[in-house]
Amino acid sequence: MIEIDRLSKTFRSRDGADVVALKNISLAVRDHEFITLVGASGCGKSTLLRLVAGLLPPTAGAISIDGKPVSGPRRDIGMVFQSPTLLPWATILDNVLFPLKLTHQITEGSREKARHLIALAGLSGFEEKYPKELSGGMQQRAAICRALITEPATLLMDEPFGALDALTREEMSLELLRIWNEQPKTILFVTHSITEAVLLADRVVVMSPRPGQIADVIDVPLDRPRNFDQEARSEFQDCTHRIRELIFGNRARRTAAVA
Amino acid sequence: MATAREERQRSLSLRRFVLSSRDVLLPAAVLVLLVVMWEGSVHLFDIKPFILPAPSAIWTATTEIWSTVMGHTMATLNTVLIGFLVSIAVSLPLAVLITSSPYVSTAVYPLLVLTQSIPKVALAPILVIALGANELPRIVVTFLVAFFPLVISMAAGLLSVPSDLIELGRSYRASRFQELYRIRLPYAVPFIFSGLKVAIALAVVGAVVGEFVAADRGLGYLITSSTAFFKTPLAFGAMILLSLMGIVLFQIVVVIERVFFPWSSGQETVVV
Ligand SMILES: Nc1ncnc2c1ncn2[C@@H]1O[C@H](COP(=O)(O)OP(=O)(O)OP(=O)(O)O)[C@@H](O)[C@H]1O
Ligand SMILES: [Mg+2]
Repeated sequence: MIEIDRLSKTFRSRDGADVVALKNISLAVRDHEFITLVGASGCGKSTLLRLVAGLLPPTAGAISIDGKPVSGPRRDIGMVFQSPTLLPWATILDNVLFPLKLTHQITEGSREKARHLIALAGLSGFEEKYPKELSGGMQQRAAICRALITEPATLLMDEPFGALDALTREEMSLELLRIWNEQPKTILFVTHSITEAVLLADRVVVMSPRPGQIADVIDVPLDRPRNFDQEARSEFQDCTHRIRELIFGNRARRTAAVA
Repeated sequence: MATAREERQRSLSLRRFVLSSRDVLLPAAVLVLLVVMWEGSVHLFDIKPFILPAPSAIWTATTEIWSTVMGHTMATLNTVLIGFLVSIAVSLPLAVLITSSPYVSTAVYPLLVLTQSIPKVALAPILVIALGANELPRIVVTFLVAFFPLVISMAAGLLSVPSDLIELGRSYRASRFQELYRIRLPYAVPFIFSGLKVAIALAVVGAVVGEFVAADRGLGYLITSSTAFFKTPLAFGAMILLSLMGIVLFQIVVVIERVFFPWSSGQETVVV
């Protein structure tokens, strides 16, 4: 259970001006819930994830996970960044094992577990390769394996598929859902793709910019397991339509008026 | 499938071999040609050996007293290596210190630049008086010449770590030491090696400067002492040995990087 209570974050920029990245965000995320965050660029999605991860202190408000206030990074959280951020000097296997190394949790079975995750991500045979020998999509999959190796209860993903082509993206979305089904966890997933947001989520959090606020939270009433055929369903269309309206609302109305 | 890949691998390595032999043979041929022209013109124009000795004269003068020359070479090599190792031992912690906080860097940086702006040739005789006429002032000069580019490149490497990688470490509550040891230092390895390559070349220069000022051994001493008696061929021999030493040491650094840090040198990506 993640509880975000009237959270605000203000950055002081170099010239002394204040940037209100997040204002008065409140959200409760149930255990094993899949939440996606969508919103225009700069509306504070990454900042929100960083705050939940304990990498940034909030300016006001509070976050608690399982009843405990977040005051710094927690080891039961896995983070996937927008870029793969693999260690260039380590093999894929060592990259996946890296969090265990940092937390001194390497055991006999760790390598087996890493190999299993790597196989799950379709990277078998690449264990001993270096990141630069892999494509961008493969690197991102390795980064997801790395986040999963500690079996975190919470997974924070900041546009993890942002750098991927549409095909790999769809494949990876389904893959992620499969992993989530096998190892249930709470996921906060930032994306720029509205279809992706709806396909993955139990609930879609739509954010509006300047200052970053929650415009609305949309329930996705689609059955699981999800697949791309559901895109044709009217519930799916309703959701995407509603999200578009929230994000582009003003602009749509303006263009309508011109027409 | 495997055979196709092996086939590709083989043709690739063959191509690389042809390329590298072309890369070696062509400059070697040019070098030989130049030496032949040099030898020819010295004889043709009857140039005095103390002004410009012929390659053959250099060869004779140097091999005549080969064991003495070797002794001088070893003495210089000794100074170079000790100075180089000291500069590594000093600059690594210094770079870590500088990059650890902006305060330290503001405090130390001007001092570093100051040490760098002192002409080492001017400093050498002063050091001899202070430290005595022994190996020490030469090592200190070598160190002073070599360590600055090392500190700068190490600090640059430690600071150039992408913030995402640092955040990755922080998100697993890595300690400052872990962050340094597991993320910053490995990330800085390519930078460190580019610094080491500059430093080893400068260390040779530093050692010779030290020997020019005060020494009774070493290739720098051999040059000053032989030119004093117009034994130019021997001085040329010493100079050539110095360049060879520089090249060999540089290549050793390159090989160490390639063997121990293959991901750093990035050789695999260079396929013409
Ligand atoms: N470290 C920082 N210092 C100052 N301002 C910051 C910092 N991080 C973020 N901001 C500001 O906060 C706002 C929100 O940034 P954030 O990165 O969270 O947006 P985002 O929704 O993730 O955008 P995108 O979709 O482009 O990734 C932006 O206006 C940004 O300029
Ligand atoms: Mg972002």
